Amino acid sequence: MADLFEQYEVFIPKPVLDRAKTLTKQYKLSEKDTKSVLDKIKTTYEDMKIAPGEAIGIVTAESFGEPGTQMILRSFHFAGASEMKVTMGLPRLIEIFDARKNPSTPVMEVYLQKKYSQSPTQVKEIAARIKETKLEEVASEFLLNIIENNVEVKLARKKMTEFNLSSKDIADIIVANLKNVTVDQDRDSLIIKSTIKEIKLSELYKLKEKSKEIHISGVKGIARVLPMKVEEEYIIYCVGSNLKDMLEIEEIDAARTRTNDVAEIGDVLGVEAARQAIVDEILKVIGEQGLNIDIRHIMLLADAMTATGEIKGVTRSGITQEKESVLAKASFETPIPHLVDASLTGEVDQLSSVIENVMLNQPVPLGTGLPGLMAKMKPKVEK
Amino acid sequence: MTDVYLNENYIGDIENPKEFVRKVRSERRKSSIPGIINVYFDENSNEVRIESSKGRARRPVIVVENGKSLLTEKHMEKLGTELKFSDLVKQGIIEYLDASEEENALVALYEKDITTKHTHLEISPIAMLGICASLMPYSNFCSSSRLIKGNKMQKQSLGLYTANYLLRMDTDTNVLHYPQVPIVRSFTSEIFPQSRYPYGQNIVIAIMSYEGYNMQDSIIVNKGSIDRGFGRSTYFRPYSVEELRYSGGLKDEIIIPDKEVKGYRSEKDYRYLEEDGIIFPEAKIKESDVIIGKISPPRFLGGMEEFSIAANIRRESSVSVKHGEKGVVDFVVVTENEEGNKLVQVRVRETRIPEIGDKFASRHEQKGVIGLIVPEEDMPFTAAGIKPDIIFSPFSVPSRMTVSHMLEILGGKVASLSGKYIDGTVFDSKPEDEMRKELLELGFRENSTETMYNGMTGEVYKAKIYIGNIYYLRLRHMVANRLHSRASGKVQLLTRQPIEGRARGGGLRLGEMEKDCFVAHGASLLLKERFDSDKTLVYVCENCGLMGMYDHFKQRKTCPKCGSSTEVNAIELSYAFKLLLDELKALCIYPRLNLKNKY
Repeated sequence: MADLFEQYEVFIPKPVLDRAKTLTKQYKLSEKDTKSVLDKIKTTYEDMKIAPGEAIGIVTAESFGEPGTQMILRSFHFAGASEMKVTMGLPRLIEIFDARKNPSTPVMEVYLQKKYSQSPTQVKEIAARIKETKLEEVASEFLLNIIENNVEVKLARKKMTEFNLSSKDIADIIVANLKNVTVDQDRDSLIIKSTIKEIKLSELYKLKEKSKEIHISGVKGIARVLPMKVEEEYIIYCVGSNLKDMLEIEEIDAARTRTNDVAEIGDVLGVEAARQAIVDEILKVIGEQGLNIDIRHIMLLADAMTATGEIKGVTRSGITQEKESVLAKASFETPIPHLVDASLTGEVDQLSSVIENVMLNQPVPLGTGLPGLMAKMKPKVEK
Repeated sequence: MTDVYLNENYIGDIENPKEFVRKVRSERRKSSIPGIINVYFDENSNEVRIESSKGRARRPVIVVENGKSLLTEKHMEKLGTELKFSDLVKQGIIEYLDASEEENALVALYEKDITTKHTHLEISPIAMLGICASLMPYSNFCSSSRLIKGNKMQKQSLGLYTANYLLRMDTDTNVLHYPQVPIVRSFTSEIFPQSRYPYGQNIVIAIMSYEGYNMQDSIIVNKGSIDRGFGRSTYFRPYSVEELRYSGGLKDEIIIPDKEVKGYRSEKDYRYLEEDGIIFPEAKIKESDVIIGKISPPRFLGGMEEFSIAANIRRESSVSVKHGEKGVVDFVVVTENEEGNKLVQVRVRETRIPEIGDKFASRHEQKGVIGLIVPEEDMPFTAAGIKPDIIFSPFSVPSRMTVSHMLEILGGKVASLSGKYIDGTVFDSKPEDEMRKELLELGFRENSTETMYNGMTGEVYKAKIYIGNIYYLRLRHMVANRLHSRASGKVQLLTRQPIEGRARGGGLRLGEMEKDCFVAHGASLLLKERFDSDKTLVYVCENCGLMGMYDHFKQRKTCPKCGSSTEVNAIELSYAFKLLLDELKALCIYPRLNLKNKY
């Protein structure tokens, strides 16, 4: 039996063969039956192989394009939490394809380690710790004192005890975050003074607005948190994304925690992770719409986007820029700069791809246009 | 303080907007201020808007005060004899609301629903709908999106669009030959002149499949019905010619063109023209036949040229039958227009018999094109020998939820068997139960299904078939107006690619996405063949890479830059690409073609 499987190792990839092994064992197939099964797997696998000259790129494009026309503009809502609005459907798909630096709705799913994820109170405590707190939130009022040329921040005691902060802590944070300021404590308020003499009113106003945004505690960029029970454990949905800082938190399960910001994954975890993130994010959108696109198409697209080592969008400044042919680049969106650049450097178009050959009315080197004919010349034999 | 706007213009402030609005309304009801005024208080923006401008859609409703309708039994008794509708408006019992004042009103649908909060009462629930929507029977049993689409289609139906159509010269009009009044009718069809101008025919419809030719919204039509005149219509198209006057005393002339005229067609094309240069009525004309012969002075004459010999040359500018059309000359008018120029108009008629591809619809957005025309002897029949005029696909109904379509079939059957009109007015129609009961009394199965027999084999169908009568409309979209094909023909001057448009005999574009399909299938050589409509032979100099030419005097290929000493070879290119190279050269970009052997 083992010999039989060994024979097929050349033709069938290992995971498929292993699965066949367990299944044949499970159904107790005879050697003859096993052989016929393996033969069938082999022919099926051979049939699934892509033939030389198959236009996989265009098939991928069409596989996305056609279901794209059926997508509905409907945003997905979490039950009972209207603040968790996430871009979905076609707009989100375009966002992924364009490899935008900042997604319109960054969202994180924070998984916790098993020992922390069971009790709701503990999870809530962690969630509160993750959530970003700004000075604005621990203060009740911001006052501009024009005469004294300072900003008075009235603190909210209740909030401060909630976050376990003293006014001294806050004063220190302010000093650390703002340049050229001194902070005086005065009962329930802090007075921020600029060290610059004769400060303009507009600058004072700017100082006030800046001080509102000062980060006090939590993970930067996490605007809202929402603990939720998913299957047997509690996870934390976050509006806003900051993978790097999140991974430093002790209680979280770094392996399962994810964000929908592909660019951030690329920065933090590397381009391979970004490739996987693109695949996952596209699958999520497609699945939500009830559509079905073969994963190989998605993988091809993700590969094309990340092949250079950085994430490139399917745009004229992204992967189209990578094309070799001048004519192919010129035929997409902005012809003039491409033609001018090519003329300046004296580029040569090898006419090796689709568009340029269509333009010249030459057979495209794909499918029937791929094979060439060679005549084998025999020297004429004199009689 | 609340701002007051009159026709979008600010006019002042008031203290108590609610009281102000109430007062304006009560004065209007008393007719002390004009009835065209509508007033509306917007609480959100704290503004009072008074409108008296033209072009607002307004609708009448009965005024309700203190939870009681102002329209009482007393009024109703006198209405129609002593009292007129306009009197009720004058008395402030009925008033007209516009879209904005409706925001302040709470309108009760029925009198029994009135509470103290209500301000108005609907005259009839049907008043919510427009004319077209209210004409659809049982439309309260139909989804609203279907109603809207159905309305659009009723407007496209053929019928008797005007009684004096024979005296008119309307462009692109159709007249249905045997129009009928619907037997399942709506209250509105009695008050509107629509009943005198019908727009469809009552036909027998069976909901079943037939050889698969009625899938995806196509319909099967009985050939016998078509022969008896179902859906037959006439298409009218006028052609007109004006004798224009040009500068220098030159003018057009309506005449049979002389053979010396520039652009003379052929004698055959002018054969129907009488001495005055105009075609005679009842001439059967085909494509390219001239209808009105005309000659014009040459174009672009300026200054002194008007008196030169060139001014005596005339150019042919006759009007001929449009591409792909045919017909019979129906009516000829010779008259003068406002400027005093001679004006000739010729109306051409063509009988349009339903053919495969013509569009039909019921009044419930159940549209479809003819998929097959079946000889009468092959149509399925009932025990009584009734053969349907149309076979309609059962799959067209469930997903669209056009229950009204099914109800009309039931109603139509009852109506045609009993000889009475059935009332299908929205919200107030004859109930389904009653129609079922009547149908049972008339000797049919109460759910309107019947045993039917296969027209070709005579076998009984296992299923009972839903069959009944329905009002069907022929829509104006006919294949005869759309049919188009081309093998070769005119090309554009600039790109040498085929021109666009059916009327000019243009090509059908194989666009970017269609091209992708060819590539995805790997059919590169087929793609090349598709795209070679503009292929040209280009001579390329191997030395400089620019385009050379064939010198016919010296009978050899030369390059204008490098002379005849270099090697010049011919390659096949699309003309569009040659044009691109030329344009690049115009931009001072040097596109060089490097030739090499392909294999």
